[in-house]
Amino acid sequence: MKTTPTLRPLLLAGALALALPALAQHNLTVVNFGGANGAAQKKAYFEAYEKATGGKITQVEYNGEQARIKAMVEAKKVTWDVVEVEGPDISRGCDEGLFERMDWSKIGNKADFLPAAVHDCGVGTFVWSTVMAYNGDKLKTAPTGWADFWDVKKFPGKRGLRKGARYNLEFALLADGVKAADVYKVLATKDGADRAFKKLAELKPHIQWWEAGALPPQLAGDVAMTSAFSGRIDAAQREGQNLKITWAGGIYDLDFWVMPKGVANKDAAMKFIAQASSADAQADYARHISYGPTNTKAMAKLDAKTQALLPTSHENAKDALRFDVAFWADQGEALEKRFAAWAAQ
Amino acid sequence: MNTAAMALPADAPQAAEAAAPTHLRRQLRTAERRRRLRSVTLTLPLLAFLVAVFIVPLAGLMVRAIENPEVADTLGRTGAVLARWDGTSAPPDAAYAALAHDLAQLQEGAQAGALARRLNSEVSGARSLIMGTYRALPFDSQWSEAQVRTHMLELDPRWAELPYWQAIAKNAARWTPDYLLASVDLQRTAQGEVVAVPAEAAAFRDILLRTFEMSATVTLIAILIGYPLAYWLSTLSERRANLMMILVLVPFWTSVLVRIAAWIVLLQSNGLINRLLLGLGVTDTPVPLLFNRLGVVIAMVHILLPFLVLPLYSVMKSIPPNYLRAAVSLGSTPLAAFFRVYVPQTYPGVAAGGLLVFITAIGYYVTPALLGGPSDQMLSYYVAQYTNVEVNWGMAAALGSVLLVTTLMLYAVYRRFGKAELNMG
Repeated sequence: MKTTPTLRPLLLAGALALALPALAQHNLTVVNFGGANGAAQKKAYFEAYEKATGGKITQVEYNGEQARIKAMVEAKKVTWDVVEVEGPDISRGCDEGLFERMDWSKIGNKADFLPAAVHDCGVGTFVWSTVMAYNGDKLKTAPTGWADFWDVKKFPGKRGLRKGARYNLEFALLADGVKAADVYKVLATKDGADRAFKKLAELKPHIQWWEAGALPPQLAGDVAMTSAFSGRIDAAQREGQNLKITWAGGIYDLDFWVMPKGVANKDAAMKFIAQASSADAQADYARHISYGPTNTKAMAKLDAKTQALLPTSHENAKDALRFDVAFWADQGEALEKRFAAWAAQ
Repeated sequence: MNTAAMALPADAPQAAEAAAPTHLRRQLRTAERRRRLRSVTLTLPLLAFLVAVFIVPLAGLMVRAIENPEVADTLGRTGAVLARWDGTSAPPDAAYAALAHDLAQLQEGAQAGALARRLNSEVSGARSLIMGTYRALPFDSQWSEAQVRTHMLELDPRWAELPYWQAIAKNAARWTPDYLLASVDLQRTAQGEVVAVPAEAAAFRDILLRTFEMSATVTLIAILIGYPLAYWLSTLSERRANLMMILVLVPFWTSVLVRIAAWIVLLQSNGLINRLLLGLGVTDTPVPLLFNRLGVVIAMVHILLPFLVLPLYSVMKSIPPNYLRAAVSLGSTPLAAFFRVYVPQTYPGVAAGGLLVFITAIGYYVTPALLGGPSDQMLSYYVAQYTNVEVNWGMAAALGSVLLVTTLMLYAVYRRFGKAELNMG
């Protein structure tokens, strides 16, 4: 009797070991950022893949360190099969030859995806957004855009912004009346950058700076409005905080699935990416976490209530701005340095 | 005492020379040599360890701060053509042809990526310019130099702009002072003159100054708080002193992140401290204690206090209470006795503890990053920014070197003026 509990897993492991060679070709190591997002991916993508192929997915968490992929590719010992990377990293990695080229014929019809999700080296998997969030208990009227964020007379109270130049310069120009479509064109000029920093200086005495994405929901007691990552506000709402989002003027970006160059199990990796990019799987994912699907057919499968929470729904996306990865790759270093000088003044 | 003991073995053979026969002298010398060899052998592992984990990485850091291989390795032909260019007129057709040739020769994307990154940190926009051109290569090999030029200008009209060419010409050398210059807000013009960077981009001198200023503030406050605490601990009985010491040490053993999170809870507008102040009627509106300089200093003092208290306590423990009593019995007032007899004896502890706190504070990164605003960041924040975000390791290494050298200089000044005090630590 006593041996049974210990014996059973042993037997199972033995049986599994016998079955492994047959399944090994479907086994994958998938790397993501973990957290609530990792859990949603596990439910919507990993479990579906395991059920369909019989293979096993090992989930590895990382913090987006591209140096680890670089080291693997250079040593020609690639142990990761599929990796989730952020927008700026896919362009850079693709340029530097870190990723396999994506065979779109195996993924599906490019026209079904958001244009931004189609990349030579990867498939966009979800859309997240940096938005304006405010405390529903503190503000009686809803702010409608970044001009309201800058208006400390109409909406008294502190403002939360992320430490750094990224996003804030775009927000400043939007508040100064620049149209969303022109923001990066203006910011690329010397005058435009001057204008953005000047506008940011107007708000400086009222800004409470944050660093980690987890902080804005906690700041809710201290500030009237803050910039925040949409997923974090969604999580706080699910915990019962009365936080609201103004989607107009939000800046959205995508995360991508890529395969490191020289991936061992390319067929299975492609199969996983194809499946995780299908409309059904992406719709399932969006029900678990409020990040927008990249497959436009997935949106149609969601009810109005879920859609209202997503950065990709028509209502939320119509006044949003796409984060310009190429612009920041070119100008980021100089603008961040200028931000450091500006902050010291 | 020490010097006498050290000198003895060297003197002994000489003293023995006259009296003892030569073979005894030789024996003595052999024994001496063997003893010295043994002590050197014993320290070898430590020396090897120091060299491997301290000297080598530091040297690597210094080298990286002046190393500039990206352009020299990839654009050899272009560099040679541009060496004959005056830097102000339009670049010759041959430069365009050489650049197209050099870029087409690159074996892998990684090289082009590194080159693009290097030039981009010099001139914003060079990244997309280089990568866009690299992807369009190779050109028709039959083209003349002028045709290559026309085609490159069609691909991207920015190839007509001088700053990109000046950046290539300037960085064709394998070694560069540019990173180090940039880390003290200087730059080299296309003509090679060293000038100050434009005011809106000058940040690092302020940041370096701020780093030392904040560290000094933290050290001073730590001494003001830590001195009475250490004194009180040294007057307690052994058992109670141990108990109190645990209270000092428990935070010391707690993760820095946990302590920072705790300070966020305590210091926020509706946190414990502000609610107390509001409740007592000291203030009507919450005092901003968080995400500013004050919050950073409070948390840093708390985290670094044990580094001061521990050495100070051990020095105070070793001062015999008789000295104070003797001073008083000889007619001094207790207060004068304390300041003129006791306090001077604790200087070594204050110096050792203060130095420990100051040097540790200079390298602080996590605490200011999480508790401070953008004007409260110390230099290591920017080292991290250049390492992880901009992936400009040359700049990160240069900032690190500047911090290291200034710290060493300060330490040298300290040694010069506070020599006697340090020997005791």
